[in-house]
Amino acid sequence: MSDSPKKRLATTSLAGCFGCHMSLLDIDERILALIEQVEFDRSPINDIKKITRRCDVGLIEGGCCNEENVHTLQEFRRKCDVLVAVGQCAIMGGLPVMRNAIMHSDDPLKECLYEAYIDSPYIQNDNHQIPNDPALPLILDRVYSCSEVVKIDYQIPGCPPSGDMLWQTLTSLIEGRPENLPLELIKYD
Amino acid sequence: MTTETTITFTIDGQTIEGRAGQSIMDAADQAGIYIPRLCDVEGLHPQGSCRVCTVKANGRSTASCTQPIEEGLEVENETRELRNYRRDLVRMLFHEGNHLCPICEASGNCELQAMAYRLGITQASKFPYLQPVRPLDASHPDIALDTNRCIRCGRCIRASKDIDGKHVFGYVGRGIEKQVGVNGSKLSKTNVSIEDYAISPDVCPVGCIIRKGEGFKTPIGARKYDQSIIGTDKKQPGN
Repeated sequence: MSDSPKKRLATTSLAGCFGCHMSLLDIDERILALIEQVEFDRSPINDIKKITRRCDVGLIEGGCCNEENVHTLQEFRRKCDVLVAVGQCAIMGGLPVMRNAIMHSDDPLKECLYEAYIDSPYIQNDNHQIPNDPALPLILDRVYSCSEVVKIDYQIPGCPPSGDMLWQTLTSLIEGRPENLPLELIKYD
Repeated sequence: MTTETTITFTIDGQTIEGRAGQSIMDAADQAGIYIPRLCDVEGLHPQGSCRVCTVKANGRSTASCTQPIEEGLEVENETRELRNYRRDLVRMLFHEGNHLCPICEASGNCELQAMAYRLGITQASKFPYLQPVRPLDASHPDIALDTNRCIRCGRCIRASKDIDGKHVFGYVGRGIEKQVGVNGSKLSKTNVSIEDYAISPDVCPVGCIIRKGEGFKTPIGARKYDQSIIGTDKKQPGN
């Protein structure tokens, strides 16, 4: 085992809740077997902020709701051989996609920001201002699923996908086999 | 009693016997062979609109819920071609409405979702998400209608018309604009009741017709299609 080079795995969370990463920890003690076979590159798990070199597998949690998400996703596509969309948010936008209900309006972004920061009766934003600090990534006109932005090789559905499902897929991909989920594991909730 | 003519035909090479006038699906159900379906449900007239039950009968594509059986008919059901075809149909239904399984109270009991599980839909889709704007009607004290999830199978329409005799639901609009409407300005202005068969959990295959206060009585993970793949609980109809 030690003489064969380890596969490199990068993961990131875009417009997600980190639930899918939490679910990755649900593989429990199998994580020991996993780190025998892979080395984590950029990931919230080890807090590496940039991909250091080419990776075999990239896991994407969450869709794209701002420009920083798009840049990260494009970087992952460039530097990962196999890109996997993990969870409903990455696959179809998930909960953030609910804001797309207003994208058919003439000025969707304005409507969205006004609802969030100005008009809603529930806001706790005393100065009623839309945040516009230059450090904040610009919000997109709507939420995009990962496959609308780059080519996605595999999808693992679920909210979040179970640890078993992630394990099943990861072990297949690490061994160079295509994802092959048993039907019993496929869940969208 | 009427004289019954027995008709012999095959599904995927397996010989099946049925009665004259039976549809391919009824005869298959009786023989314990499952043909995937969404708009057809036991007890309602078949409508043949979702096309998920499409089979090849003597090489021609047809909806098995409406096509009568014939002597010597050769039916293809579980072939790669038909599975791909059904997969595309189910995907299009997902893309046409707003089907957010993580926030839907029908998740796990939903036939659309269960059909996607059965067909193994996990790959990135070639279709765009339309993300339409559709209304939610929660005006009735016992019932809500979230048309974001409607797949226009017409099961509620047929149940309300044929079983309840009330005509609460009906189609409005055409083509992609086709929707299910109610016979009033909103649900609370109609003669619908929580006792209606059209409102029973068996009728709406998705989470469009909501019985208020019941959504999470059974937790996620312990629901019908969390336990078994749709169509694997082969029922032998007694009638």
